[in-house]
Amino acid sequence: MQVGLNHYLAVSALLFGLGLYGILTRRNAVAILMGIELMLNAANINLVAFNRYVAPGALAGHVFALIIITLAACEAAVGLALVLAVYRNLETIHVDEINVMKW
Amino acid sequence: MTALAWLIPLLPFLAFGLIVFFGRRLPGQGASVAIGALLAAAVFSLLLFFRLLGGAEPIRSTINWLVLGQQPLALGIQVDALTAVMLLVVTVVGSMIFIYSVGYMHGDPRYPRFFAYLSLFAASMLLLVLADNFLFLYVGWELVGLCSYLLIGFWFERPAAARASLKAFITTRVGDVFFFAGILLVFFNLGTLGFGQTFEAVESGHLSGGLLTGIALLLFGGAIGKSAQVPLHVWLPDAMEGPTPVSALIHAATMVAAGVYMVARLFLIFFSSPDHTALAVVAWIGGISAFMAATIAVVQDDIKRVMAYSTISQLGYMMLGLGVLGYTAGVFHLMTHAFFKALLFLGAGSVIHAMHTNDIKQMGGLAKVMPSTYWTMLIGSLALAGIFPFAGFWSKDEILTEAWHNNPPLFYVGLVTSFITAFYVMRMMFYTFLGEPRWAPAHESSGHGQGTVVHPHESPRVMTGPLWFLAFFAAFIGFVGAPFLGSPFGRFVRFGEEAAVPFDLRIAVISTAVALAGMGVAAALYRWRWLSPAAVRRAFQPFSTWAERKYYFDDLYGWTVVRGTVWASRVLRVFDIYVIDGFVNLIGVVFVGLTRLYRVFDLYVVDGLVNLIGWGTKALGGVLRFVQTGRAENYLLVIAIGVILLIIGGLVR
Amino acid sequence: MGELAAFIILAIVTLLPAVVVVTSRNLVRAAMSLIPSFLGVTGLFVLLQAEFVAGIQILIYAGAIAVLILFVIMLTQGGTGTALRQVNEQQLVGGLVAGALTIALLGLLLRTPWPLVAGTLPRSNVAAVGGAFLTNFILAFEISSLVLLVSLVGALVIARREQ
Repeated sequence: MQVGLNHYLAVSALLFGLGLYGILTRRNAVAILMGIELMLNAANINLVAFNRYVAPGALAGHVFALIIITLAACEAAVGLALVLAVYRNLETIHVDEINVMKW
Repeated sequence: MTALAWLIPLLPFLAFGLIVFFGRRLPGQGASVAIGALLAAAVFSLLLFFRLLGGAEPIRSTINWLVLGQQPLALGIQVDALTAVMLLVVTVVGSMIFIYSVGYMHGDPRYPRFFAYLSLFAASMLLLVLADNFLFLYVGWELVGLCSYLLIGFWFERPAAARASLKAFITTRVGDVFFFAGILLVFFNLGTLGFGQTFEAVESGHLSGGLLTGIALLLFGGAIGKSAQVPLHVWLPDAMEGPTPVSALIHAATMVAAGVYMVARLFLIFFSSPDHTALAVVAWIGGISAFMAATIAVVQDDIKRVMAYSTISQLGYMMLGLGVLGYTAGVFHLMTHAFFKALLFLGAGSVIHAMHTNDIKQMGGLAKVMPSTYWTMLIGSLALAGIFPFAGFWSKDEILTEAWHNNPPLFYVGLVTSFITAFYVMRMMFYTFLGEPRWAPAHESSGHGQGTVVHPHESPRVMTGPLWFLAFFAAFIGFVGAPFLGSPFGRFVRFGEEAAVPFDLRIAVISTAVALAGMGVAAALYRWRWLSPAAVRRAFQPFSTWAERKYYFDDLYGWTVVRGTVWASRVLRVFDIYVIDGFVNLIGVVFVGLTRLYRVFDLYVVDGLVNLIGWGTKALGGVLRFVQTGRAENYLLVIAIGVILLIIGGLVR
Repeated sequence: MGELAAFIILAIVTLLPAVVVVTSRNLVRAAMSLIPSFLGVTGLFVLLQAEFVAGIQILIYAGAIAVLILFVIMLTQGGTGTALRQVNEQQLVGGLVAGALTIALLGLLLRTPWPLVAGTLPRSNVAAVGGAFLTNFILAFEISSLVLLVSLVGALVIARREQ
C-alpha cells in the first residue's frame, strides 16, 4: 500500500482536532497557545502534502508553509508577551479569570 | 513737473500719516513735520506757478482708474492758472497758519493730533484744487468736510463745540447731496467724470438747455453748503467754536472758498446755461448772502462771529462777482480775501489768546498793549473795507465794475454791503483796540463795570510773525490786479478770451467813498460817540431785531427741520409700535401657535418613535449581553461549532 | 513498504505527544511533549520531500518556540501549580465539539476527489523555494518580513516592564 495524500490529511485532521481540544478545554493561556501551535502544524502538513501530491511543480505549498512558520513565530512572541503582561497586571493567566472586558 | 504736481497733496498727506502714528516722537511733536511738508508743497506750488507764468502749457496728468463699459474712467490732476493761484493761496496761507498754531495751540493735550488734522486738511484741499475730474473733486470736497468736522469739534469736551461740529457737518451735507446729484447727472448723461470731456460736451452742445441749468444749479447747491451761502450759512458762525487757527484756515481762507473755486472751475457749465440762468442764481444768492451776513455782523459782539459773518458776506461777494460774469474778479477776490481774512482771524485769535474772552465789549484799549496785533489787524480791516491801496480795494472794485455792467441791481446791493462792511469792521476795531479798557488790569483789586481781570499781553513771535507776513500780502497783493500795472492777474486768470470790463475810475471813487463813509459812521458812533449805538439800534427797528435774530434762520430751521424731525420721529414711533411691532408680534403669535402644534407632534410621534427605537435597542441589548460572557474559550467553542455546521452544510449539499 | 512503515511511525510520534500536550496536568511536561510532536511533523515533511521546510521546522518550532513557551511557563509560575485544575468547565462540550470537528474534517477531506498529479518535486528544492520567494512571492515575503519586525517590536513593548 502506497502512502497517499489521504494518509497525510488524516494525520493533519487528527492533529488539528487535538489542538482544538486543547484550546477549548485548557484554562492556562500558555497551554492554549500550545494548542494553537499544534493546529498550525496540522495546517502545514496539509500544505506540504498538497504541494507534493496535487501540484508538484510549483512549490507554492512550501512557500505558504514557510510563511506560516514565520507568522507562528510572530504569534508566539506576541502572544507570550501578552501572557506576561497579563500575568504582571492580573496575577493570573487563567483565561476564565481574565474577564475584565466583560460588560 | 508732473511729479511735482502729484507731490503737492501727497506731502501733507504723508505728514498726516506720520503724525498720526508717531505723533509726540516727531520733532516739535509733529508740528515741524506738518509745517515742513506744507512749506515744501508751497515751494513746489511756486515752481509750478512761475512755470505757468512763463507761458508753459497747463499740466495734465491722468491715470485710467477703471473701465466702465466702453469708456475708461480717467482720473487725474491738472495745473492751470486758476489751480496755480489756489495752490499758492492754500499753501502760503496754510503755512502761515500752521506756524501760528505752534504758538496758539501750545500746551494743548492733543497738540500732535491738531497738526495731523491740519495736514490732512491741507492734503484734501490741495487734492480738491488739483482735481481734473468730479471724483477727485468730490473726494477732496468730502475730506475737507470731514476735517472741518474734526477740527471744529477739536475741543469736543465742550458741548457747544461738539454741537457745532455736528451742525456744520449735517448742514453742509444737505448741500453735498445736491452736489452729488449734480455729479451723478453729469456721469449719467456723459459717462465721464473728467472736466475736460464735460466741457467738450458743453461746448459741442451735447449737454445743454434745461439739463445743463439743472446740473449747474445742483452743483451750486454744493457750493451753497460749503461756502456757507444763504440759506445753508447757519453752520459757519457756530463753527467758530473750533480753535481760531482752524477758523482762519478752514472757515475763512480755504475750505469755504472751495465752493467759489468749484463754481470758477466749472464756470463753463454755469456760463453755458441758457440766458445765464445759473449765473443769475449764483449772483443773487451771493448778493443776498453778502448783504444779509454783513447786516448780522453789525450786531455781533463775539469777535470771531463778526469775522464769521464777514466771511459769509465776502464769500457772497465772490459769488456775486462770478455770477455777474466777473470770473477774474471773483477769483481775484477769493485770493485777496484769503490773505486778509486769514490775517483778521489770526489777529482775533491773538486777541482771544491775550484776553481769554471773545466778547469785544469786554475789550477796548488793546492797541497799546498789543501793537503788532493792532497794526496788522488794522491793515486787514482796511483791506476788508476796501480802502485804497489795500488788497480788498482792487478785487472789490473789480466785482462792482462787473456788476455795474452786467447786473445793475446787484451793483447797488454790493455797494450797500460795502458800506456795511466798512462799518462793522471798524466797529469791531474800535471796540477791541481803542477807547477806554473795559477790562480790569490785574493790579486793580476789583474791576469797574463788568470787566474781567486779565493780563493782556502781546502774543509770542511765532504768532506775530505770520501776522506781519500776511499783513504784507493783505496790503500789497492787490497790486497784481491793479489796472495801471496792466492787470497782470486778469491776464493770467481769465475765462476764455473774455475781455475784462475796463477799469472805471468813477466806480472806484464811489466804492471808496462809500467805504470811507461806513468807516466814518462807525467812528462817529463808537469813537467819538456822537450818537448812542443803542439809540441808532432803536431807530432801525425792526431791522436791527432781525439782524440780531440772524433773520430767524436758526429759529426757522429749529421750527421746521428740527421740530419736523422730532415730530416725524414721534409719528414714526407710533407707527413702529403699532404697525411694525404689531406685525412682528403677529408673526410671533402665529409661529408660537404653530410651534405648539408641532410640539404635540414632536412629543407623541417623533419622540415616541425615537423612544421606541431606544427601548427596543435597550431590551435587545439586555438580552444579548448574556451572550457576551467575556471568556475567550466560550467564543472559540461557538466558532468551532460554527465551523462544524459549515462543514456539515458543505457535505450535505 | 518502508515508506508506509516510516509514515506510521512518524504519525504516532506526532500524535501521541500531542495528546500529552493537550491533556497533561503538568504544563512543563506538556511543553516538553511539544518537541517530539514537532519533530514528528518534521519527519513527515522529510517524507514529503520538503527538506527545507523540515529544516526550518526544527529550527523554529522545535528550537525557538518550544523553548520560548517553557520560559514563559517558568516566568508565570505555571509549572508549580500542578495541583490546580487545568481544564475549564466546558471540557466535556469542548471534547465533543473537537471530536465532531475532527470527524467532519476527516469526512470532508477523505471524501473529496483530489485532482492528483503524478510527479516529483525539483531535486534541489531549497534553491527552488528561494527563487520562488524572490520572484513570484516577493510581496508576501516582504510583508511577512515587515510583520516579523512589527511583532518583534510589539512583543518588546508589551512585555517590557513599566517604569
